[in-house]
Amino acid sequence: MAAFGTGASRPLQRGGSGFRFTVYAVLSVVCMYFDQRGHYLEQVRYVLQGAAYPIQLAVSSPPAAWRWLKESFQTREALQAENSRLRNAQRDLELRAMRYEALAHENGELRGLAGALPPVADRWLAAEIVTVQVNGLRQRLLLNRGQTNGVFKGQAVLDDKGLIGQTVHVGPWSAEVILITDPEHAVPVRIERTGLRTIAVGAGDTTSLALPYLPGNADIKSGDLLVTSGLGGVFPEGYPVARVTSVNRDAITPLAQVKAAPLAHLDTDSEVMLVWFRADHPAAPATPVLSGKGNALGELSSGDPAMQPQVAKHAAPPAPAALVPAAAGTSAPAGAQPAPQSPPAAPVPAAPKPEAAPGQTP
Amino acid sequence: MSANSLGRLLLSALVALVLTVLPLPSWADLVRPQFLVLAVLYWSVNAPRTGGIAFGFFAGLMLDIFQGPVLGEHALALSLAAYIFVREHQRIRSKPMFQQALIVFAALVAYEVVLFAIDGWTGHPVTSLLRWIHTVTGALIWPVAAAILAYGAGRRA
Repeated sequence: MAAFGTGASRPLQRGGSGFRFTVYAVLSVVCMYFDQRGHYLEQVRYVLQGAAYPIQLAVSSPPAAWRWLKESFQTREALQAENSRLRNAQRDLELRAMRYEALAHENGELRGLAGALPPVADRWLAAEIVTVQVNGLRQRLLLNRGQTNGVFKGQAVLDDKGLIGQTVHVGPWSAEVILITDPEHAVPVRIERTGLRTIAVGAGDTTSLALPYLPGNADIKSGDLLVTSGLGGVFPEGYPVARVTSVNRDAITPLAQVKAAPLAHLDTDSEVMLVWFRADHPAAPATPVLSGKGNALGELSSGDPAMQPQVAKHAAPPAPAALVPAAAGTSAPAGAQPAPQSPPAAPVPAAPKPEAAPGQTP
Repeated sequence: MSANSLGRLLLSALVALVLTVLPLPSWADLVRPQFLVLAVLYWSVNAPRTGGIAFGFFAGLMLDIFQGPVLGEHALALSLAAYIFVREHQRIRSKPMFQQALIVFAALVAYEVVLFAIDGWTGHPVTSLLRWIHTVTGALIWPVAAAILAYGAGRRA
């Protein structure tokens, strides 16, 4: 190990250690510059994240083993109760979905389209949470799916109730997710009742989001549902995010202080969904693709089919261009164009927009 | 001897890394000391030729992977802390444990100041005071950590 032994060959003098510190400091600054400015170090980060994954997996194995043990020693009664509960839930969902086809078709006709649009979510992939880091400064998850499963940077992560967050670093077998409640994260939202658009910023604990940019006279009240607005280029339009819990209008501050509670179970989930969206869908994230490399599903290595994304049943239009490797971290809507929310001249799904994904042909 | 101490150093780094990424409840996560930083400081003082600045740099790079917004942030902060401790290792080593803990506290604060500044420059400002908690807990746990590492090294503390 020459790297660690550089000082052993010669006597340790003040000049020596100062020189080595200078070398490593310059090296760090160069690293930071290239990582920050050009994202030239994505490959290095990718390799290091792959190397770090076994450690993270090992650290998370005792809780995982405990969960497995608890599950395998469940009583027959508990399993039967769970089974009947799940059967009831499934029947409810099927009843609710019964009218979905008809409504989707009707909606398409109202929009002036020939037929119903396919759902905006093209493919999805279940991922297990390997480790969780949740504190007042950082709220991150590590998922057990990475680039070998087609996961890309800036991908939306959901659970069955609402939005969870987006991927920030993708390794070969793992992906780091920033939660919507991380203080560094902001998600563009729309108040479902009024259509008012604003931004929901993480407040640093898993139970609350802040809406800091609403004027004091904004039409918002406790109980309003916040859905994604489709701006910002990461999340498509119309997914539930949070419900407003408190609105505080102070006469001396021009802005209202609004708090909202996320709908997703950010602190109790053990499994989340990674979602791929159709880029040519009207509800798709607004900002177009910057560049994509190695993300096309066609290039996915085959393997365990359970590890690969499932394809939605409504595969009517060919839309492999649904991958949106948007610039990660751009959750703020800077430079985003307004989402085509209800345009009569919405693009026909069979003809992808020319700017949808360069170099990818259906 | 050198290969042996290098092995111990890498083992302690691995253990510290595991303790760093171990999932903990929210409150415990905030007061958790930066074990890898403490290990780097310990080896910088007690084996400045084996450990030291290079060890700090690579340990910092690992921390960057687990919790850094940019690659190189923790590497710079940790090489700085290691440099101070390598430079002053004879003086620090001769101090009683209480004073050593104070010096460690100062080094942890310097480390966190570097991180704070880089966080701000790279556009990830986290201004909460919570980020400074680990400097205190790190200094408090230093005597214990140093004793464990010294015991592992077969040396008197």
